[in-house]
Amino acid sequence: MSEIIVAGFGGQGVLLLGQLIAYGGMLEDKEVTWFPAYGPEQRGGTCNCSVVVSKEEIGSPVVSKPTSVIAMNTPSIERFENDIVPHGLLVYNSSLSEIKSDRSDLRIIAVPANEIADKLGSSRVANMVLLGAFIEATGIVESTSIEASLKIVISERNHHLIPLNMQALKEGRAYQ
Amino acid sequence: MARKLMRGNDALAEAAILAGCKAFFGYPITPQNEIPAYMADQLPLRGGVYLQAESEVSAINMVYGAAGAGARVMTSSSSPGISLKQEGISYIAAAELPCVIVNVMRCGPGLGGIHPSQGDYFQAVKGGGHGDYKLIVLAPGSVQEMADLTILAFDLADKWRNPVMILADGILGQMMEPVVFEEDLKINQVEKPWATTGAIGRKPNIINTLDIVPESLEQKNIALLTKYDEIRKQEVRWQEIHTEDADLILVAYGTSARVARSAMEEARKKGLKVGLFRPISLYPFPEGEISRLASSKTEFLTIEMSSGQMVEDVRLAVNGKCPVHFTNRLGGMVPTVEDILEKIEEIYEGSDH
Amino acid sequence: MDIVFQRPESMTGEQMHYCPGCTHGIIHRLVGEAIDDLDIREQTIGIASVGCSVFAYDYFNCDMQQASHGRAPAVATGIKRVLPDKMVFAYQGDGDLASIGMAEIVHAAARSENITVIFVNNAIYGMTSGQMAPTTLIGQKTTTTPRGRTVSEAGYPIKMCELLATLDGVTYLERVSSHDAKHILQAKRAIKKAFEIQQGGKGFAMVEVLSTCSVNWGMTPIESMDWLADNMIPYYPLGVFKDVSVEEGV
Repeated sequence: MSEIIVAGFGGQGVLLLGQLIAYGGMLEDKEVTWFPAYGPEQRGGTCNCSVVVSKEEIGSPVVSKPTSVIAMNTPSIERFENDIVPHGLLVYNSSLSEIKSDRSDLRIIAVPANEIADKLGSSRVANMVLLGAFIEATGIVESTSIEASLKIVISERNHHLIPLNMQALKEGRAYQ
Repeated sequence: MARKLMRGNDALAEAAILAGCKAFFGYPITPQNEIPAYMADQLPLRGGVYLQAESEVSAINMVYGAAGAGARVMTSSSSPGISLKQEGISYIAAAELPCVIVNVMRCGPGLGGIHPSQGDYFQAVKGGGHGDYKLIVLAPGSVQEMADLTILAFDLADKWRNPVMILADGILGQMMEPVVFEEDLKINQVEKPWATTGAIGRKPNIINTLDIVPESLEQKNIALLTKYDEIRKQEVRWQEIHTEDADLILVAYGTSARVARSAMEEARKKGLKVGLFRPISLYPFPEGEISRLASSKTEFLTIEMSSGQMVEDVRLAVNGKCPVHFTNRLGGMVPTVEDILEKIEEIYEGSDH
Repeated sequence: MDIVFQRPESMTGEQMHYCPGCTHGIIHRLVGEAIDDLDIREQTIGIASVGCSVFAYDYFNCDMQQASHGRAPAVATGIKRVLPDKMVFAYQGDGDLASIGMAEIVHAAARSENITVIFVNNAIYGMTSGQMAPTTLIGQKTTTTPRGRTVSEAGYPIKMCELLATLDGVTYLERVSSHDAKHILQAKRAIKKAFEIQQGGKGFAMVEVLSTCSVNWGMTPIESMDWLADNMIPYYPLGVFKDVSVEEGV
């Protein structure tokens, strides 16, 4: 069972990133839950969601001990890195955040997501770069499932943006 | 059938439309806002009426009118708004009008907070408003059940001429999970010869809750109680997991039951014989089933996001046959698997199992 | 023998509980006659409110719902929205409509709900035995203004027609009186028109009928009719406060 927290600033596509993992898992016939931290937390500028992907029925949808954290900014790293289970995974956006972790047991992947996204022409796909690095590191869902999920999540009039998102996903997967 | 990833509030709203809901009257309050938004978007396109009322008080009275006119009708709100609806709910129960009322619970008391809670259990199952009456109360534990129990709620409301409450919480409303809707769902259309639809070729129908003659009102009270007794016989719903060999049975509903289930699995991995009993109908409460499980060889642990409400009903059902423990979180906090495991281990250390 | 006068078909034969000198019975009859005249009895759903007219469901020979205090316009909305082809009327007193039910009447009017409201204003709470109403006149004695209503303690009476006339959603508002035959005939015309407006799908219509409460006013029936004419009409002037039905061609 994978228990994931995705966190960052509002507007970075945090909730969408989490939904794509959930959709992708569902399309692969796994059990999934997605739960957003709602309310004033969003107004405070930070934003996060819990995603659980499992072969079995899922109990709690609220993740307190994540197996993985995808952090899009420094406050998110600071808030969640100590909750990660031993030998868990931290994927973070090194374009916007610094890490001063005491955790020597974590697998940490730093991805300059904004720089990569900028090279592709839009910093808005930085979330997809991180998602690419995350699925490459975990194998949690196939990139084809993410592509299928994008078609569902993104409204029809924005479907022309899917190739750009998939390119960002690919760059993220290739980045080590 | 294809699974769709949906938010609990959206799945509930879609299910209501599939169940033949023809009118929705609401008022904004977090964390149920997706329900009226979905209804406003979809209901007018699918043969129904959406109306944003001027208050929760008005919304529930619009429900009274529409239900009295024979329509399948729903309203939704969150805790403070449900408090405002209580007078209307009492009238609806007294007039025996079928309708569905959704409470996506948030934490209180007062304005409280917007985070999930189970603090409205007493209000939902014991009456809530003035006078002697009961709602049928259903507690979903997943997004799929947000949909399925809503469809059931409309059928039960019509079957018993009684308001039915869906008692959910902020997590169930906001979370997304895969959900499957039955294709070609058959709507159980019930004849409503009592409805005020215009007295064409018949005597007038009167929807009324006033009766100032005590002898007469007492008979109506007794008739209601008789109905509630019958509901208690026929409509109890629950889920049991690993209760057969359990020496500690967790009792929880809704979101708490989700966390309890994970805790139970962790405890089983440690060799502890823990089971889970999840009431699905909170009224009628599965008291007979809990009583059946209570023996000198078992103990119970009730888990709630409240100060301890359902635990009173568990104790009444257990009736002193074995210990009933309790653990909780409050104020919008959700119990963690670790919280519950810790309590489980504490109980095992203190007992002679 | 020719029948020259009989009970409207839209009324039951139930004996009314109203006190001597109260004009609720007359106003009920006017509503019944209007429903008969328009031949809509079988299409009509009425709403009784809380107050002296709470038992109206026993007196009107059509489908009826009894609403909680002040909520008749919300109940009417619920019915009308699911049965838009039926005729829906609410019958409310001044405590019900102008105090506890202020939000419901204002918003039903603002939405231009296609309903008919009969608002009976007798400047007092009758059913609960004579407390101050939102329409109690300055100086008027009630059980809760034993030395007469004062502005400093209780503010001013509310003029509902004038208040609602400011709302764009309103189609027709008229204030009439029930204290003598001439005014009763005018009240009948207004009530019938309010139903016709609904029949034409033209939106919200309300008729305010000034009424008496001789028992709680502490007067004989005749004195109370005179008191209405001498005291209520100067404060609550009669007439049409809004009528956009004509522009729309009723």
